[in-house]
Amino acid sequence: MNEYVIEMLNITKEFPGIRANDDITLRLRRGEIHALLGENGAGKSTLMSVLFGLYQPEKGVIKKDGEIVRIKNPNDANMLNIGMVHQHFKLVEVFTVLENIILGVEPNKMGFLQKKEARKKVLELSERYVLKIDPDALVEDISVGMQQRVEILKMLYRDNDILIFDEPTAVLTPQEIEELMHIMRSFAAEGKSILFITHKLNEIMAVADRCTVLRKGKCIGTVDVKDTDKAKLSRMMVGRDVEFIVSKDDAKPGETVLDVSHLTVPSKSHKNNAVKDVSFHVRAGEIVCLAGIEGNGQTECVYALTGLERPSAGTVKIKGEPIVLIGRKRNKQNAAELAKVKTILMPIRQRSKLGMSHIPEDRQKFGLVLDYTLEENLVLQRYWEPAFQKNGFIRKPSVRQYAEKLIKQYDIRSGQGPITTARSMSGGNQQKAIVARELDKNPELLIAVQPTRGLDVGAIEYIHKQLVAARDNGKAVFLVSLELDEVMNVSDRILVMYEGEIVGEFDPKATTVEELGLFMAGAKKQAVEGMVH
Amino acid sequence: MEQKKRRSLHIPGGTSILASLISIGVGLIVGLILLYALNAKAAGGAFISLITTGFRSSDKFAKVLYQAAPLIMTGLSVGFAFKTGLFNIGATGQYTVGAAFALIGAIQFQLPWYVCLLLSMIGGAIWGIFPGLFKALFNVNEVITSIMFNWIAMFAVNLTINNLPMMLAKYWGGAQMDRTANLAQANPGALIPRMGLDTLMKSNYMNISIFIAILFAILAWVILSKATFGYELKACGYNRNASIYAGITAKRNIVLSMVFAGAFAGVGGGLYFLAGTGQYTLLKQLLTAGFNGIPVALLATSNPIGTIFSAFFVSYIQVGGDAMQPDFVKEIIDIIISVIIYLAAFALLTRELLARGKQRREDEAEEAAAAEAKAALTADADADVVEVAADAATQEKDEVSKS
Repeated sequence: MNEYVIEMLNITKEFPGIRANDDITLRLRRGEIHALLGENGAGKSTLMSVLFGLYQPEKGVIKKDGEIVRIKNPNDANMLNIGMVHQHFKLVEVFTVLENIILGVEPNKMGFLQKKEARKKVLELSERYVLKIDPDALVEDISVGMQQRVEILKMLYRDNDILIFDEPTAVLTPQEIEELMHIMRSFAAEGKSILFITHKLNEIMAVADRCTVLRKGKCIGTVDVKDTDKAKLSRMMVGRDVEFIVSKDDAKPGETVLDVSHLTVPSKSHKNNAVKDVSFHVRAGEIVCLAGIEGNGQTECVYALTGLERPSAGTVKIKGEPIVLIGRKRNKQNAAELAKVKTILMPIRQRSKLGMSHIPEDRQKFGLVLDYTLEENLVLQRYWEPAFQKNGFIRKPSVRQYAEKLIKQYDIRSGQGPITTARSMSGGNQQKAIVARELDKNPELLIAVQPTRGLDVGAIEYIHKQLVAARDNGKAVFLVSLELDEVMNVSDRILVMYEGEIVGEFDPKATTVEELGLFMAGAKKQAVEGMVH
Repeated sequence: MEQKKRRSLHIPGGTSILASLISIGVGLIVGLILLYALNAKAAGGAFISLITTGFRSSDKFAKVLYQAAPLIMTGLSVGFAFKTGLFNIGATGQYTVGAAFALIGAIQFQLPWYVCLLLSMIGGAIWGIFPGLFKALFNVNEVITSIMFNWIAMFAVNLTINNLPMMLAKYWGGAQMDRTANLAQANPGALIPRMGLDTLMKSNYMNISIFIAILFAILAWVILSKATFGYELKACGYNRNASIYAGITAKRNIVLSMVFAGAFAGVGGGLYFLAGTGQYTLLKQLLTAGFNGIPVALLATSNPIGTIFSAFFVSYIQVGGDAMQPDFVKEIIDIIISVIIYLAAFALLTRELLARGKQRREDEAEEAAAAEAKAALTADADADVVEVAADAATQEKDEVSKS
């Protein structure tokens, strides 16, 4: 039997203006977890798309068990037992979990769906690999973690034994990541081969056997994980030394920029409030981080601050100027008083003019108009400024000039520069574009929600430096993050949110990841600003 | 799926033009096959008249231009709304109201043509507000509202005209009970100026309406591609969430987009009926011109400048079709024209196929999603165009009898 299940030999794939894969060779052994590491736009996804039959390479061959195969489309890949969990899940939201798993390979008798049979097989698989799912829940109602389990079950249901995971941990909580690692190990132990695309070095060190590193479309090399370390890997990936710890001086906080008191935001998914009577403040020249496990009200809190959602009560001020002022009705007397106070709910554009910048959590949903070009996206928050429009007409030359400046300054890589469609850019560069746009607005207050999600170490280092630089320039930075490393590294003050309440405030120098974890999980609680009323 | 559909409606570039041309070619070939199947002997000659009549004589060419003008306007109406992510199937109602406003201004109030045209614009815009408001305030699907408003427009206009005796042909000594006055009799000043073009091209149909329509197309193009207003509108259409995030008031833009779309369709109605060659007939049927705006917009892939050419094509093929008589009966001709327009409106699908190569650079996530969406899109487009084609076939007659 051949040592390698899959061999991709000398693969070259070109796109207009860019050679995404340049003579790349990758060999996958039976039963190994093989990490594919590279910066954003290094060609990882392209290479996997070639393997999955989505792209045809210009040069090179793919061998399965030593024999040359041609993979013209994902069906061919499936025939060869190659399965893939995509970074953005491919699920039909209005179908149930079960329906999604069997989609495309539905067991049927004369055209009639045999759901019972399918259910049995799915439940067996789910039990065997400890992949907890509810087969009858609609995909739109389940958590991201469960959606990923559904994707994994899809591969298992099709008896795939070569499993590709495209940045599977980008959307998961630390606990879910732990679980996933465990599942991947059990697959490998069973003889399944796993290709694991990532740029998180910790995960590679934790789970992978070997690692192939790509840089700018070229293969830098394949190494045994046990013979290497994070620093070596990151040097291979980025081509230079990377600082993992952000070097920064102590914060010199000035006046309060963001002042939030008694903010309450109703939840869309359940009857309770998502954010419950929360109070905090962010001063100029400090980075305050809101930590917590996903889904504990951080998103709603940010939506209320930025104007995407209407809070039900509370006051929010930027530099003393109220942007939200909604009284809460407690009793009759209070109601009469409230009637005298005018409710304030400042429109988003006004907030932006007051100096608020927002790096949104979901870059494709909020951050970008994907069908607009890069330059059009870069002025999304500023196109109305006199610099970019005159008498209602866009000043294209100044937009172009501005875009070129930002592209250079922030190293945004794309196929065709300013006129590249945002949709065709890699996720990391899309994020860079948003960061560039929001930072260059020169805000008083920067609200950054998971600004480094899905980015490689080089880009993360860069964005962290930018956040610190903004702070040192006297800006107030409100960072929402799920990554504890980031929380500990970047922030000057940490607020932990659990079930819509702020349960603790910490100095990163005086706390530990373990302690934060306890608060994030709701095991501990301390009296803080927002709670003593 | 809705979102995917919107996206696929505006991919710029040369593939669009190529796709439109290929679609037209396929439509013509299928039309030719149909002709042979129906009457092999006459097919060749008929096909030649179909594709050459429009250019054969100046009066036929004048007719092509005359019919193209209102089609440009309704095409602009549909295309403009598409750009904002709205499907304005209500162009017919807006066209009807625009026509009524123009005619009432012309006959009842004896106003000059340019004021009447302005009135038609206002009438159409008013009719566009309603679906826009319902969509913006209550998130009612604009397709449903605008279909309702098509019928409301038709009956309201018929009712109004019926109750204004001066409007009817009979008041001015005409024989027919069921149509509006002949403008040449009632108010020659309301006729769109011909500026000698009629004698030049030896056709009563010829006036400056085609130039007015082209001006509006250029206006729409400028708004969409140069103005901040157009930037906002398109941002809303491509990604409503991102536009809200950027502080664009999406609701206002939805309403404004429908107002503009309505105004374009309204002017179409004004241009057609102020030519003086057609009289508004009080029938319980919707006017086809509005629906024909849909294939015109699709064929032009919503590009305002492309709309000029696609409207010209649709009009050209209609004039050519008339010339296939008496070898083929009117109904057959209607079917063949419908088939050609129907296939031509596949430009969208063709372009998706052509754009495949380009699309490759998108990440594979989009790739697979697009494949799914495309299947749905085709089904969708089919449904729409079938309806249009059917309408065109059944109502072509009435339109002709009116003129």
